[in-house]
Amino acid sequence: MAMTLDRAARTWLLWELAGGMWQTLKMFFRPKVTINYPHEKGPISPRFKGEHALRRYPNGEERCIACKLCEAICPAQAITIEAEPREDGSRRTTRYDIDMVKCIYCGMCEEACPVDAIVEGPNFEFATETREELLYDKARLLANGDRWEPELAKRLELDAPYR
Amino acid sequence: MDGFLSTPVGILAITVAQTLALLVPVLIAVAYLTLAERKVLAAMQMRKGPNVVGPFGLLQPFADAGKMLMKETIIPSGSSRLLFIMAPMLTFLLAMIAWAVIPVQDGWAIADINVGILYLFAISSLGVYGIIIAGWASNSKYAFMGALRSAAQMVSYEVSMGFVIVTVIMCVGSQNLTDIVRAQENVWFFIPLFPMFIIFFISTLAETNRAPFDLPEGESELVAGFFVEYSSMSFALFFLGEYANMILMSALTTILFLGGWHPPIHAEPFTWIPGFVWFALKICLCLFVFIWVRATFPRYRYDQLMRLGWKVFLPFSLLWLVLTAAVLKLTGWLPA
Repeated sequence: MAMTLDRAARTWLLWELAGGMWQTLKMFFRPKVTINYPHEKGPISPRFKGEHALRRYPNGEERCIACKLCEAICPAQAITIEAEPREDGSRRTTRYDIDMVKCIYCGMCEEACPVDAIVEGPNFEFATETREELLYDKARLLANGDRWEPELAKRLELDAPYR
Repeated sequence: MDGFLSTPVGILAITVAQTLALLVPVLIAVAYLTLAERKVLAAMQMRKGPNVVGPFGLLQPFADAGKMLMKETIIPSGSSRLLFIMAPMLTFLLAMIAWAVIPVQDGWAIADINVGILYLFAISSLGVYGIIIAGWASNSKYAFMGALRSAAQMVSYEVSMGFVIVTVIMCVGSQNLTDIVRAQENVWFFIPLFPMFIIFFISTLAETNRAPFDLPEGESELVAGFFVEYSSMSFALFFLGEYANMILMSALTTILFLGGWHPPIHAEPFTWIPGFVWFALKICLCLFVFIWVRATFPRYRYDQLMRLGWKVFLPFSLLWLVLTAAVLKLTGWLPA
């Protein structure tokens, strides 16, 4: 009897509805969690897999030795490498292309690389207006490396203890 | 000057000026209501809402309007052209002409007619035509289903709304909106008639097809309901019509239950503020609750909606009507 009365009273006094309204009103005054994206950005892990870059040694020499491990491991077959001995006899790439449209950003190329040459950087804002712009060649990748090097080095160092 | 104003042309000029003075603020309010809704909903979901166009996103309504105007108007090939174009106009027109009888302040109604409440009720009932015509003329399943639902829903909730209005009219003894507000000088009707106030408010939610009664446009099953086929300005007119109806229904709630232009207390600091500001503030409060309800409750199922309308609200409002009548008669408060 008391149960029934209780239930009836709750129904007719719109108890649950009022409770719900109170809940939303409380949220109304809570601080907002929005990140103002182009002006503010969320935190990114050192392992974040973003836009690719080819790194250089501090003396300016390319790291890549054209071992083609990345090309071999790439599950999407997005990487194309051609290599020839350079005039000084060292083995270097003549062509290093990544088709960023094929790439699935798995990070296997980075894992496979014995000299930390190809890495995926922190940059995720490289949308383009045409598809052709996403077919990266060696020059573009090296330029990326030069541009992001300070951050790339820092990320590798931060992640090194877990490797 | 006096001579000119009493000529037919002068009277026309005055009426046009009065209409503009009322409709322009209403339209601006409609534009900003869309922004307010997005902002309040965002805040209740702990987001920020539009904040990029202008300071605090205040120019967002104009950006939206500009976008709408530049879109292509698509008229489906299977549609009934004339009706298809007419429907949004009708919806918008009806939402606008109802404002003629709204007393913004004592004596500030454009048409202070004695059957004001009846006029409002008639106009808001006609609103369903815009929706039915839109659904029918679109020649689309979704639109048709949306229109059917809307028609059934509006008819169901108008019945209990009618009884609520009769209760108020009984307490006042007049159908003139100005008289109804004057009668609330000392006590606003939402206090003695509180259950009726709640029923009325919920019915207005259903009447304006707002959440949790937004079945006619329930996007999860009907895409957008009766206006799926609409684009560009004809879509914008539906949108504006819906929001104008929300403001109208808030105005009606204010007039019937929240004491219209009267300040909460007839004392010094409150009486400094002119009546129309109080009126606008009360409308804003109602609109906030409209949006607040939308942020809180999920949509009703169709049979639940019908059950609530016919099996709960109708008997309850009828009962309360009889009860009020009895109390008025026995205590001798019945207005002459």
